[in-house]
Amino acid sequence: MAHFPLLSLVTFLPLVGAGFILTIRGEPDVVARNARRVAMWTSLVTFVLSLFIWFNFDNSTAAFQFQERADWMPAFNISYRLGVDGISLFFVLLTTLLTPVCVLASWESITERVKEYMVAFLVMETMMVGMFCALDLVVFYVFFEGVLIPMFLIIGVWGGPRRVYSAFKFFLYTLAGSVLMLVAMLVMYLYAGTTDIPTLMSYRFPPEVQIWLWLAFFASFAVKVPMWPVHTWLPDAHVEAPTAGSVILAGVLLKFGGYGFLRFSLPMFPDASVTFTPLIYTLSIVAVIYTSLVALAQEDMKKLIAYSSVAHMGFVTVGAFTVTVQGIEGAIYQMLSHGIVSAALFLIVGVVYDRMHSRDIETYGGLVHRMPGYALVFMLFMLASVGLPGTGGFIGEFLVLVGVFQVNTWVAALTATGVVLGAAYMLYLYRRVIFGKLTKAHLQRITDMSPREVAVFAPLVILVLWMGIYPPSFLDPMHASVENLIQQFELARAVTEGVALAGR
Amino acid sequence: MPIAEVPNLIPALPELFMACAAMALLMLGVFQKAVDGDGAVAAARLIANLSVITLVLALLLVWTVAGPRMETFGGLFITDPFAVFFKVLVLIASALSITISRDYLEMQGMARFEYPILVLLAALGMMMMISANDLIALYLGLELQSLSLYVIAAFQKDDARSTEAGIKYFVLGALASGLLLYGASLVYGFVGSTDFQVLAAALQGETGHTPSVGLIVGVVFILAGLAFKVSAVPFHMWTPDVYEGAPTPVTAFFAVAPKIAAIALLVRVMIGPFGDLVAQWQQIVIFVSVASMILGAFAAINQTNIKRLMAYSSISHVGYALIGLAVGDEVGVRGILIYMAIYVFMTLGAFACILCMRRGDHMVVEIDDLAGLSKSHPLVALAMGVFMFSMAGIPPLAGFFGKLYIFLAAVDAQLYTLAIIGVLSSVVAAYYYVRIVKVMYFDEPDQVLDRPIPRPIAGVLAAASVLIVLFFAFPGPLLAGAEAATAALFAG
Repeated sequence: MAHFPLLSLVTFLPLVGAGFILTIRGEPDVVARNARRVAMWTSLVTFVLSLFIWFNFDNSTAAFQFQERADWMPAFNISYRLGVDGISLFFVLLTTLLTPVCVLASWESITERVKEYMVAFLVMETMMVGMFCALDLVVFYVFFEGVLIPMFLIIGVWGGPRRVYSAFKFFLYTLAGSVLMLVAMLVMYLYAGTTDIPTLMSYRFPPEVQIWLWLAFFASFAVKVPMWPVHTWLPDAHVEAPTAGSVILAGVLLKFGGYGFLRFSLPMFPDASVTFTPLIYTLSIVAVIYTSLVALAQEDMKKLIAYSSVAHMGFVTVGAFTVTVQGIEGAIYQMLSHGIVSAALFLIVGVVYDRMHSRDIETYGGLVHRMPGYALVFMLFMLASVGLPGTGGFIGEFLVLVGVFQVNTWVAALTATGVVLGAAYMLYLYRRVIFGKLTKAHLQRITDMSPREVAVFAPLVILVLWMGIYPPSFLDPMHASVENLIQQFELARAVTEGVALAGR
Repeated sequence: MPIAEVPNLIPALPELFMACAAMALLMLGVFQKAVDGDGAVAAARLIANLSVITLVLALLLVWTVAGPRMETFGGLFITDPFAVFFKVLVLIASALSITISRDYLEMQGMARFEYPILVLLAALGMMMMISANDLIALYLGLELQSLSLYVIAAFQKDDARSTEAGIKYFVLGALASGLLLYGASLVYGFVGSTDFQVLAAALQGETGHTPSVGLIVGVVFILAGLAFKVSAVPFHMWTPDVYEGAPTPVTAFFAVAPKIAAIALLVRVMIGPFGDLVAQWQQIVIFVSVASMILGAFAAINQTNIKRLMAYSSISHVGYALIGLAVGDEVGVRGILIYMAIYVFMTLGAFACILCMRRGDHMVVEIDDLAGLSKSHPLVALAMGVFMFSMAGIPPLAGFFGKLYIFLAAVDAQLYTLAIIGVLSSVVAAYYYVRIVKVMYFDEPDQVLDRPIPRPIAGVLAAASVLIVLFFAFPGPLLAGAEAATAALFAG
């Protein structure tokens, strides 16, 4: 398999499917049906192909694997380069898993412009997978920004009543963050003479330059994560996006920021990262505590889950900047489990939304009497979100907290309050929606999950339990890369401090 | 030595061919029997087609005589890869403008044979501008271009707005030409030549000490005159009115071909003869560039007329291109070349979409008229969406790469502030581009636009959108062309 372009195939296969859907002609019903089928098959095949990356992944090395390289703009020394390491591997898999889930979840709920919808999703899958695989700054940026176009259309065309406002807010917030990163990338290119990411990881930028570069990248990633106080686009976008849009947004797009910190900020600007660690800690703690409290007060289910996402991503940023093995692995793990759990929670809201067309918690109550299967699935993911041992959420939060305790007890203590608050708002939500007497008239005839919906949740249930019960499956492949990241980081710090000492 | 030596005509072959062809077509048009009705329309169509063929042949000729630097007519006329690059763009833009205008002109009852001939003459003027190697030759080309443009701006002569656009353009254009000529005369007075090589040689040592005030005033006047032609702030006032008033296909032509020619001229004059005065003009160009980007971004937000919006959009695009000139080195000029090449296709494509905006027998130009376009004309909406996202600079579309090379040049020259203002104003500009996408995709139509769209427009739309979308996959040829053109400019 050495020369087989597996990553390019996984990246661009969805685009081929999208091109194929565009050529479908005929009666609207037939077009819609065929578009759904093509999208489903394309994304499934992509998922199966991506599994080969995992099976053939070598756990023992930190180097980038499955590398591909082709000349792109040779005059500028910019080439098309792809590869995965332990940090990016599972994000690729997360993306390829969630796309078919999304296609299946929108099977019946999307009835208008099905063709365009499926095209947008497949294009987005290409962009997301490409983003995680890119080993060249320009390639990375192209994919990173390219995601905006399909996501903007998904929110704006198939979204709720305030979709236009939300779509614009999403688009402009993220664009404004990213353009500064573009300037920083150009500065890096001119310093190092290359846009090759592995080379840049070992290039040492002068500390005073690092500060500015770090801030520019931070502007972009902080919006994507999102960190307090630039998180306000997220609740709007989540609430208005169609269910599958929210799933991708929470499941994958939010991981761009965390991934960016691990791929760029820490290895390339270690000195600046140390300087700004207190800032990250502060913003993350505010995010964890403040947004948890905000979530407690929400009346809209999607908004509540959106705020809980901000809180959970706070753990990720704290963990990443501890630069300890547990902290970083915990951050990655937390992102993966949040990718699955929050995706599942949005799907859970989608199930009742498709039936009642309301996201207000008020509308529901006592659902356990009519929908026992639904109540069970909801409970599982609610507990996973809280971080109950045995689910993926626990491992992530626990590792992050172990990492933080090694570095700063106060930060750890404050972060840990997020776990308690998380339990509070999730249990409160669950009680109001599921338990109690089924008194509301319009709920008397609500039906339990259909076989299609069961099929949507089945892979997510399996995964969240697998991640909770046997984490080594996921931790082992990332271990070498994380170790290497920390070693390089310490080395770079030692050099800088050595220079500083010598200068005295 | 004979008194009148026949100059080497080979370098100017495309221009000579176009001049002869334009006059021949004029004769053909004048001697048509039909004055009104279907006969006149058929004649106009014939001449339009012949004009397109002329432009294509001229393109082939440009290609054939392309080669290393050649001068002729006593050094007044020059051809080099830099000129070839811009001539190709001008010819493509002119040919496509004639192609997309045919159906509009016929529908508005203004299909007259003069129109394509005027476009041809304007294109000829632009090619002369691009190849000018002397301030006088520059002025001749500029005036041939401008006079043709004044006439076609007012081509819809029964329409008050079109006439007003023509007059406005003429008055302000004449003022700008005057400024330019006055600047040229000052430069001649203080240096003693109008030849670019002589000027460059005379100003060679000027980097060290301050040159004479008269010379600087002259250069500033020339810069102001050319800034008017590229519609850079603060000489942009005419742009929105002329764009709005002129018939749409004329606006499409205005938005691309004259801009390219004027940018080419600006680059050649500033880098060539006045290259050593960079310390004097750089701050002016930086100011003009920043002002254009910011004004273009903010003033467009409140526009409801799509042609006015495109006018402000073109102002901001010129602002980006001028970043490359402000940098003033090879990286910057290469950025300009790439940017302008991509700009041609984005803008022509966008105007082709605007030409599809027709209800019954009249054109509509409000942005809200595009509502629901994605349902009534899915492919047109898709193409327009591509052009808008590309203009906003969202990857992987071509517009992003244009901006990338421009910002690369700015960062390379350590003009960080300029780069940051540039990227931030591109975010503001993204708002109004994306608003058009919003109207097309998110809003429900109240009245549907006519279909089907004319075949030539559909062809241009398809070609332009494919180029914009697939540029990222095959950037090689354009980059190589821009590289060669830039190298030639700096070698000379």
